[in-house]
Amino acid sequence: MTRISVSVDGTEAVDEIEPRTLLVQYLREQRGRTGTPVGCDTSNCGACTVLVDGRAVKSCALLAVQADGAEVTTIQGLANGELHPMQKAFHEHHALQCGYCTPGMIMAAVDLVGEVADPSEQQVREGLEGNLCRCTGYQNIVAAVRDAAAEMRGAS
Amino acid sequence: MIPVAFEYTRPSTVEDAVAVLAADPDAKVLAGGQSLLPVLRLRLAAPSTLVDLRDVESLHGVRVADGELVIGAMTTHAEILHDRRVAEHAPLIAAATATVGDRQVRHLGTFGGSLSHADPAGDLPAVALALSATMVAVGPGGRREIPAADFFVDYLTTALAPDEILAEVRVPDTAGWGYRYEKFSRMAQAWAVVAVAALVRRADGGVADTRVALTSMASRPVRATAVEQALTGTDGDSGAITAAAGHADEGTEPPDDVNGAADYRAHLARVLTRRALTAAAGA
Repeated sequence: MTRISVSVDGTEAVDEIEPRTLLVQYLREQRGRTGTPVGCDTSNCGACTVLVDGRAVKSCALLAVQADGAEVTTIQGLANGELHPMQKAFHEHHALQCGYCTPGMIMAAVDLVGEVADPSEQQVREGLEGNLCRCTGYQNIVAAVRDAAAEMRGAS
Repeated sequence: MIPVAFEYTRPSTVEDAVAVLAADPDAKVLAGGQSLLPVLRLRLAAPSTLVDLRDVESLHGVRVADGELVIGAMTTHAEILHDRRVAEHAPLIAAATATVGDRQVRHLGTFGGSLSHADPAGDLPAVALALSATMVAVGPGGRREIPAADFFVDYLTTALAPDEILAEVRVPDTAGWGYRYEKFSRMAQAWAVVAVAALVRRADGGVADTRVALTSMASRPVRATAVEQALTGTDGDSGAITAAAGHADEGTEPPDDVNGAADYRAHLARVLTRRALTAAAGA
């Protein structure tokens, strides 16, 4: 067992874990962050995307011990009293159908807009290439991300 | 799937990391983990210990020394994409890195990890070969330099000994060269079916030097020397490029698999080489 100290959605945690524990398992099973789903199990689909020190990563392709000392933000840590602009935009544009990819899609989009404040449609599509949606055809997702970006830079 | 249980250690010096590898032949290095973690999860590998290099400061970052770009093995793809020295001295690396995996993978995956993994469909091995980069390895006996041409041995196999770590990569300056990484894949975030890394240096109106390396045309990245010889010394117009690109598949042994038949890959190599050289030669 290895001791790790992680901040998860603003709460400091110290836990003893097996080194083979994936970050997504740790988040779901020891930290109760079941808002982050396990998707493809092969690190393709991006459904398990969370922010580690502000950068989007696939939490199934990272050991929890690798996140030792880091600040982790899941979909459950995004809202601050009210929905995050990205969550709101996904809701308003109906940027989902089954919703399984949505937590990862939103976290990846938040990361993208943090780097590219006013992404073009092409930049959104390329920026989200690591996140697969099998329902929507992506149209409303792209619209939601661009709309949220506008709100996040105060231009709406 | 859950990986087989292993021990985990996170040394803070290369020497300590090498000592763990030297003492335990079943120990493996963990860099960004973007290839290793999926392999562990599929239980295709079961190392006794993972040696996480995250805390080894000397392996991180980019610098310029003696006219060469020096990239620490643990420098992430995302860091390389944002590095002005890479953009200035080896823009081919930045261009190829932008196509690696996806955004999340590029946040964690490392330059040295990608080279050490040596997947023949990986983007950066061919780039390192085209650039004639030098790999600097550290083992129990100290440091040694391995030219890229000798580093990639076979499928997922490099010249690194089991107790050696790739510490940094020295890249000759190619500022002013034309460059292109031309990659063909069937869908977003997919591996290259074939890709071509090309560099062209023009002087006095003609082509003074040409470098072409191919991704996924053999069990390791290969230089297309016949193309290089055919183009160098010409005026680099579209006729010369088309003629040179026709040699792209010479001497290759392309894989024949679900992503592409061997003859299809040979065709792709010629077409993509023509496109890459057209861009790199500014024709």
